[in-house]
Amino acid sequence: MKTILSEQQLALTVKRLAHQILENNVSLSDTVIIGLQPRGIFLSDRIVHELRNIVNPGLIQYGKLDITFYRDDVRKSLHIANATDIPFSIENRKVVLIDDVLYTGRTIRAALDALLDFGRPSKVSLCVLIDRRFNRELPIQPDYAGKTIDTFVSQKVKVCWKEKDEVDEVVLI
Amino acid sequence: MKLSTKHLLGIKDLNREDIQLILSTAEQFKEVLQRPVKKVPSLRDVTIVNLFYENSTRTRMSFELAERRLSADVLNFAASTSSSAKGETLLDTVNNILSMKVDMVVMRHSASGAPHFLAKNIPAAIVNAGDGINEHPTQALLDAFSIKEKLGRLEGLKVAIIGDIMHSRVALSNMYLLKKMGAEILVAGPPTLIPKYIGEALDVRVEYNLKKALEWCDVANVLRIQLERQNQPLFSSLREYNLAYGIKRRLLEDLSKEIVIMHPGPINRGVELDSDVADGPYSIILNQVENGVAVRMAVLYLLADREN
Repeated sequence: MKTILSEQQLALTVKRLAHQILENNVSLSDTVIIGLQPRGIFLSDRIVHELRNIVNPGLIQYGKLDITFYRDDVRKSLHIANATDIPFSIENRKVVLIDDVLYTGRTIRAALDALLDFGRPSKVSLCVLIDRRFNRELPIQPDYAGKTIDTFVSQKVKVCWKEKDEVDEVVLI
Repeated sequence: MKLSTKHLLGIKDLNREDIQLILSTAEQFKEVLQRPVKKVPSLRDVTIVNLFYENSTRTRMSFELAERRLSADVLNFAASTSSSAKGETLLDTVNNILSMKVDMVVMRHSASGAPHFLAKNIPAAIVNAGDGINEHPTQALLDAFSIKEKLGRLEGLKVAIIGDIMHSRVALSNMYLLKKMGAEILVAGPPTLIPKYIGEALDVRVEYNLKKALEWCDVANVLRIQLERQNQPLFSSLREYNLAYGIKRRLLEDLSKEIVIMHPGPINRGVELDSDVADGPYSIILNQVENGVAVRMAVLYLLADREN
């Protein structure tokens, strides 16, 4: 087991991602943040928390998206859905999708399909904490990455959050 | 996590976890139905046949809409316009349909046990959409979903089921489900429409006085008098039934608390429910119909055939 991000590094990385998102969407007035259920929500909660400390919290529109019904492996096994909560229109908005790990790219493919059922965003960008860059199965790349790592398919990246797993860290197993 | 059964033949075969899984999945589908595009691609490669050997408006349309909103391919079969009229047996009809690569069967039949018979003889997953006087499981699930949505829970609630208990599959499925989820149940109606040993058999209260039943309950699920299933007169007239067991606004206003009124449809206005009750503030009848689509989407999604 190897530590990729310690608690302190994770906190700094989240801060940096928040600032990078803000850098590219200065006013935030036409930008919406959407976290992916279930594990992307821990990261999006933290990023939104950081953003609220920097800009007027009233400007931030934050939603949660579950992609279970859009998966491409529904025939393989049964997946249980989580809640989707997008209480605003995404029509003509700039959407920042947030997930914890970008691996094969299949989750993001499903997320893009799901997102389009809510309207036509003017732009969609992708923010992830960990980018496993050599394991992609679809042509999808992140716009904001906390840390880019090279891994074997046999390895597993585990992102732990205090809210759920009692510690803040990212490890490679 | 998945359902403990391969088919949905009745609530009797489900356990508490199954019911909770269906209700929580239905919540997610209810959100899907509020989106600009009310459709998901989950069952894109699944073909479902709706076999209706008995008339239906709500249930058939609700199932068909649920199937289409899951992107399944849909075949509709109505006995009255089919070769059943030429004497083909149920099993032959279904086997012929399945040979055209159909994956799931939704069936309504006037014979109790018809879907159970099919389940023993064909490989496809079967959803019971009402069999005779036995069960109507998706109706009970959507009733439970609607109660939970309105009152926040099922556990500890007092639910009165009022009317033609004897001939109602909705009543039986509701009793099984609500008991499993920890609600208390009372059945009310004229003695001729309540099976004699139901109290002992299903552990429910029995009450012949409508006012007392309404005073006791938090929710009243009012049933239609099923004249088509009664082969002898069981009460003197519809007008007399209305006088003794019809729910009137004044009755509800005289109660010490507000109760929720439900009805599985179709309503016989002026018989079991007066119009000002059916359309009034106590009624969640149209919410039940709306929730039916989400609940049926959940059932079909959870039962669709998977490799493991």
